[in-house]
Amino acid sequence: MHDKTIRELSDGLKSKAFSSLELTESFLKRIERLDPSINAFITVTPERALKAAKAADVALEKGAAGPLTGIPIAQKDIFCTEGVRSSCGSKMLDQFISPYNATVVDRLNAAGTVMLGKLNMDEFAMGSSNETSFYGPVKNPWNLETVPGGSSGGSAAAVAARLVPGATGTDTGGSIRQPAAFCGITGIKPTYGLVSRWGMIAFASSLDQAGPMAKTAEDCALLLEAMAGFDPKDSTSLERPKETYSQGLDESIEGLRIGLPQEFFGEGLDPEIHRGIQLAISEIEKLGATVKAISLPHMHLSGPAYYVVAPAECSSNLARLDGVRYGYRAENPKDLQDLYMRSRGEGFGAEVKRRILIGTYALSAGYYDAYYIKAQKIRRLISDDFKKAFEEVDVIMGQTSPSVAFTLGEKSQDPIAMYLSDIYTIAVNLAGLPGMSVPVGFSKGLPIGMQIIGNYFSEHRLLQVAHRYQGVTNWHQQSPKL
Amino acid sequence: MSLTSDEVNRIAFLARLAIDPDKIDAYAKDLSGIMNFIDEMSAVDTEAVPPMAHPLDQAQRLRPDVVTEENQRETFQKIAPKVEAGLYLVPKVLE
Repeated sequence: MHDKTIRELSDGLKSKAFSSLELTESFLKRIERLDPSINAFITVTPERALKAAKAADVALEKGAAGPLTGIPIAQKDIFCTEGVRSSCGSKMLDQFISPYNATVVDRLNAAGTVMLGKLNMDEFAMGSSNETSFYGPVKNPWNLETVPGGSSGGSAAAVAARLVPGATGTDTGGSIRQPAAFCGITGIKPTYGLVSRWGMIAFASSLDQAGPMAKTAEDCALLLEAMAGFDPKDSTSLERPKETYSQGLDESIEGLRIGLPQEFFGEGLDPEIHRGIQLAISEIEKLGATVKAISLPHMHLSGPAYYVVAPAECSSNLARLDGVRYGYRAENPKDLQDLYMRSRGEGFGAEVKRRILIGTYALSAGYYDAYYIKAQKIRRLISDDFKKAFEEVDVIMGQTSPSVAFTLGEKSQDPIAMYLSDIYTIAVNLAGLPGMSVPVGFSKGLPIGMQIIGNYFSEHRLLQVAHRYQGVTNWHQQSPKL
Repeated sequence: MSLTSDEVNRIAFLARLAIDPDKIDAYAKDLSGIMNFIDEMSAVDTEAVPPMAHPLDQAQRLRPDVVTEENQRETFQKIAPKVEAGLYLVPKVLE
């Protein structure tokens, strides 16, 4: 049952092959059996899940069910869930029981999904390996000695290990796409502003975007359909008509123009990853697409610009955590200053501290123009590169990450080496574009992910291309032996 | 560029972030490495480039100034570390 896609499970529920309660119980058992070695979950919520499953079964019985009614999912622990710990992977919020639901959570609940629990992640989504979590690293189900990627590492590992058929993630610099690539699953980061950020604990507000992670593009489409749409509670939410991403995925992609950026395929690219991507692109060409070499000449500046913009925004967002209104509070503070300093010093881990410090420095008097404004200008150059490229091509393809999953501990002591694992994904966030990762093969027994980047609001097109590719390949059906 | 331990202490104070004194040098080294990585930007002439604050160049949406939320003081204070009589407690500020 756990190998089925959301679409297949949905059909099974409608035809009464099994109930949501049976489905939920089966996944909960699997989590209990396998998660101790993977650590994908921070909190499992069996009682709530069984209650939601029973309610879903009633809706199914009444014929009042949508495509996601009764489908078990799990939420990245960055999303606030009323009455359930919402830790964001941090000691700072270890005891934080959210008083309200994130809009994404409300919408997925309203669609009838059954939440099984909250998923592990890098602390405050800052990391590319899930090693910065207060709750310990997540292990990659393909090889327990390697990382699942990050920051949505728990989400990717849970889907890959078939602990849950779909999950939510968030992507500020690659945090949906890179773990999806490392774990051999499908994930999409939508256009900035498409999915509400309300109740999604903020990291870098001008970059953060939530999206679904699942086995297939079709499942991602079903989940995105429920998650996306205008929300007056998020001041950057976009007011546009709702789309039905899951319709028309089978349509032809004849005539699709694919851009291959020379900056992706230069020297230093791992030959096995290169081969995997080339084979995938030739499959897509067989479906009627054409390829064209393009250039994104400012791509190499995306890392430096990102590591100003993201830390600057994080230092400002995380200023709210002061030991007074919620979150961790230091014992016996001698004065207010000491309360602030020690609550934050003891509540945050090393990587979060590094980023707060970098951001504070970049925003401090005398440095604002040299760093923050400079980075915003570079951001414009990067965005203009994409604009120009999309005059000639419909989608851009290349690898999601420079390597397959690396070994636990390999990069955790070297921040720059860790930052470089996102070099192919960061530019997409700076430009606010949609991007996804699709499994396209293996290298040394570990999954290779291909990134598909599109113009603003081209989510349906991206999902369609991925769906057609998945119709002629079976990489997305492979699962690790556990 | 490189950051000295004094500068790290100054930034940490601005951020109200206690850093273990034993670790200041390690932070200075890491932060210097990150600043060097960032400094690659300075090689590019951006004089005529307008800064990009929002991916879709959107302006902040306005809404009518009406009350849409009810008061949830008790719910929100329930999760505070220290509250008394509806007030958040902090160490004495005024003598």
